[in-house]
Amino acid sequence: MQESSSFIPYIKRYLKRCITGPWSLLCGLSVTFKYFIDPRRIVTEQYPENRKTLKMHPRYRGRLEMIEDADGNNHCTACGMCERACPNASINVLSTKNIAGKKVLGRYVYHFASCTQCGLCVEACPFGAIRMNQDFEVATTDPNTLEMILNKKEGQG
Amino acid sequence: MTGMLPPGFRIQRETNTEEFFINMGPQHPSTHGALRLALRMDGETIVELVPHFGYIHRGMEKQAESMSYLQYIALSDRQDYLTAIQNNLGVVIALEKGMNIGVPEKAEYIRVMLQELGRIASHLVFFACFGGDLGGQTCLLYGFKEREMIHDILEEVTGSRLTTNFFRPGGSRYDVPDTFIPRVKAFLDHMDDTMKDYERFLSKNIIVLERSKGIGILSKEDAIAYGCSGPVLRASGVNFDVRRANPYSIYDSFDFEVPVTYNGDCYDRYTVRIAEIHESMKILRQCIDRFPTEGPWRAKEKPVRLPVGRYYSEIETAKGLYATYVVAATTGEKPYRIHTRGPSFPHIAALNKMVQGHKISDLVTILATLDPVIPEIDR
Repeated sequence: MQESSSFIPYIKRYLKRCITGPWSLLCGLSVTFKYFIDPRRIVTEQYPENRKTLKMHPRYRGRLEMIEDADGNNHCTACGMCERACPNASINVLSTKNIAGKKVLGRYVYHFASCTQCGLCVEACPFGAIRMNQDFEVATTDPNTLEMILNKKEGQG
Repeated sequence: MTGMLPPGFRIQRETNTEEFFINMGPQHPSTHGALRLALRMDGETIVELVPHFGYIHRGMEKQAESMSYLQYIALSDRQDYLTAIQNNLGVVIALEKGMNIGVPEKAEYIRVMLQELGRIASHLVFFACFGGDLGGQTCLLYGFKEREMIHDILEEVTGSRLTTNFFRPGGSRYDVPDTFIPRVKAFLDHMDDTMKDYERFLSKNIIVLERSKGIGILSKEDAIAYGCSGPVLRASGVNFDVRRANPYSIYDSFDFEVPVTYNGDCYDRYTVRIAEIHESMKILRQCIDRFPTEGPWRAKEKPVRLPVGRYYSEIETAKGLYATYVVAATTGEKPYRIHTRGPSFPHIAALNKMVQGHKISDLVTILATLDPVIPEIDR
């Protein structure tokens, strides 16, 4: 605010603002009132009530899961590309050997607590064996449930 | 004491009082994060301000040395979380220079559109926080209401609302879904109406005018000397926008203006950002008209391995100039060093110049108009 050297312009500006000021506040209030009465402008989602209808987009990155058919077979070959791609070591692929001496997936250990859901593992997988599901309510009171083994069957393939 | 104060402060004290120190932050609602400002006060007038950083220092540049380039794209989301999609592009352009690959036309359009959506989202947060810091909580909700629509679009396209991790060297991670263009169109139509409401709500409000006009003046010379960029620099009368001065992606083919104002006070920084929202909407409209439906959305996928060399990219995010400098000492997946030049740090450094002689309540206004994001400063 520039200090005005003379008194008259200061008083003039003061009086002008006495009128324009309340008018500007009323203009602002008219917007508030418009939003208050117009039902089309309601954007609030009634969250726990609309749980049945609330669905995430197909690309939403939730928890990691393994794509398995009904018998529990998956496409994982324990190559470990996802483990290498993970920025914060949330994935441990523990491989084992089957009777024929071939390297197969033993346990796919996933540490959900340190996962940032960046999706680099899904991108790195050359066989399309993993995906991210649409779970968004992932809070838990038991930290032990955050360490999970994603494959149901061991040593297949 | 009063002799040391610059012109511009309102009440001169006749008597000298004892100076005292006051601590603003690190936990303060208007510092927008864990920022501590040590203030030397004379009564209620600020004599000197010293910012203290580092409360959420995560060592990102050091972390990057043990990460692959792709992992660093995911990490760049976490620097300036309000403009995450723009940080992605900054890193990716530097990587593309190293890999020496081009980008198909459709991918460029996807990039520009998401950039501008991210810019509008960030400026809406500014609008919301500016009103909120001045005491208008209604404004806080209004700004976030429209930002929510942008984040819905981003969620559908990228899979995440805030930490997008979307762009890849040679294009992007996915193609956009079919619903993308209609949704952006609907958003723009909605935004036209709302921006009229919002400007009516805040731009001429007497409380905003009194509290922001003539407050926190940053002169053109100081703005350049401190390395300010983005809306803060343009509000001080410097016509510099990386999109215009050093065009990246396909920004040179769009018709848009760079809003510049000349007073350098808080109100100017506000008007520049509001004008930029309109310019971004203009770019989005041109994108919708020219968006190619056919064609590849990603160049042929190659492993991200950079040859030995130094690669630099700079882009204009909503906050200002965001530059990435990649040093590759060995050919491979990992960088030797990645340096990021973020826009918020110089703004906070210039804060001392702006607040001297003002009251402590003006500091809240000035800090809100700088629109800093503290995780990006601390990194």
